[in-house]
Amino acid sequence: MTAAAEAAAPLAVSRRRFGTFARRHVLTLFATLSLIYLFVPVAVVIAFSFNNPAGRFNYTWDSFTFQNWLHPFAVPGIQSALEISIEIALLSSLFATALGTLIALALTRYRFRVRSLVNTLIFIPMTTPEIVMGSSLLTLFLNRNIATGFTTILIAHIMFNISYVVVTVKARLAGFDRHLEEAAMDLGATPLVTFRRVTLPLIAPGVIAAGLLAFALSIDDFVITYFNAGATTTFPLFVWGAARVATPPQINVIGTMIFIVAVGGMIINLVWQNRRARRGM
Amino acid sequence: MTTRRRRFLAPYVLLAPGIAWLILFFVVPMYYLAVTSLQTGSLEVGYTFNWAWHNYREAITTYHTQFFRSIKYAGIATVLALLVSYPLAYWIAFRGGRWKNLFLLLVIAPFFITYLIRTLAWETILADSGPVVGFLRAIHVLGPDGRLLATSVAVICGITYNFLPFMVLPIYVSLEQFDERLLDAAHDLYASRMWSFLRVTLPMSLPGVFAGTLLTFIPAVGDFINAQLLGTPSQYMIGNVIQSKFLELTDYPEAAALSFLLMATILVIVLVYARLLGTERLSG
Repeated sequence: MTAAAEAAAPLAVSRRRFGTFARRHVLTLFATLSLIYLFVPVAVVIAFSFNNPAGRFNYTWDSFTFQNWLHPFAVPGIQSALEISIEIALLSSLFATALGTLIALALTRYRFRVRSLVNTLIFIPMTTPEIVMGSSLLTLFLNRNIATGFTTILIAHIMFNISYVVVTVKARLAGFDRHLEEAAMDLGATPLVTFRRVTLPLIAPGVIAAGLLAFALSIDDFVITYFNAGATTTFPLFVWGAARVATPPQINVIGTMIFIVAVGGMIINLVWQNRRARRGM
Repeated sequence: MTTRRRRFLAPYVLLAPGIAWLILFFVVPMYYLAVTSLQTGSLEVGYTFNWAWHNYREAITTYHTQFFRSIKYAGIATVLALLVSYPLAYWIAFRGGRWKNLFLLLVIAPFFITYLIRTLAWETILADSGPVVGFLRAIHVLGPDGRLLATSVAVICGITYNFLPFMVLPIYVSLEQFDERLLDAAHDLYASRMWSFLRVTLPMSLPGVFAGTLLTFIPAVGDFINAQLLGTPSQYMIGNVIQSKFLELTDYPEAAALSFLLMATILVIVLVYARLLGTERLSG
């Protein structure tokens, strides 16, 4: 073997090593960059909640302050907007979770004729642009002379949340062992007792996840709400109205609060599910 | 009631309230949308139904620019979202290990910042005095007076970002169900990594890609918030027109016609797309 070939051998090895290294880490690097990209706007929103803007608009950094967090409701109208949003989110997620869970139960455990039709009806709202849903609801209310306001927002939010609840609960029910229910029935439990003591605890994580998702979708919704709100102002509508004349940093404070509550709820549910999984439930 | 009879009726009892709600507030409104789109009149004199097909003709002749622009923006944003999402979903599914659920949560978490606030944050990021424009000017991609805000770039950026979870999640689900032993098999048969990705992994994940691209494209094509906040009237999409006709100009018939056309356009695109990709496994 010549000296040159001997010298080239380790080079080839190291080149191959570099290939494996690149393959293994390029993807990780890309994923890390994507996650950073996802969080840049979040970081901006949180950072600018501590901004003390010079003008009416909170777009450029001026100076650091805690004032916005100490007085989150110092902007007129923002508190009532948030309260209305929370009220609608609570009510709509509660109703939608109840209605959606029942549909999911029917779909996963019974065979019936209109099944595929029901599946389609659940699926279509999720693939319809919000603007079409919002505007068609408005035409219903206009043609039937129903005044838009709190109730119509609530109706709309329950409507678009049902599909998401069905899909979430269905995913959980797919791995559900029917024998547990049959065992309870064999031991003399009535259907209602079986549902309360066996079925509900088993599907609870799915139902709670669905409820959280519905709450988050409702409190965030702008387009459908905008079409059917009348004179009622939810928090996103408040932001929309504000964005034209001024953006007080309090908007960022409340946005951050909603973010923390929603993500916190999801994390708690996740941890709880993992615990249950470890206990073999 | 006998048990058999009860078992027969049970699903319908469970379905009734939710399905009734969807019929009443999703299906019936579509009927009223159609009715409204064929009316004529104004807020002052009232609206009458008279098969006014000319609403549709006017909608197309006046607003085809916005229609095509919506399809173009949404199409580009969907492709960009796919390019970001596929590797990310792949990484979470195959390299996420026991932290998979946490990473998924990280992907969804940013979208719990209210949509409008999130988009306003992009306004800050892409601002003329911001770091992105500064960098692009420094490397001469943008001229010294070049800007991103109020251009189609900003609008497409915003749309790409705002619908990302709809792309990541379906792709993740399809990859997650994937049996890795298939890759071992491909490897045993001397397939290179690239080849086994192209011939095994990618085809298996196509239903996820299909669902993801549709779930991104559909809301994107109807969006008006990004164009409104990050663009100018020359970036306005069909959503902006529908929104202003409904809520500012109270030209309900024309707005309803536009809404209906938007739905029809989407339906046609989805059907063509399904044909092209040769998969109809939409709902999985």
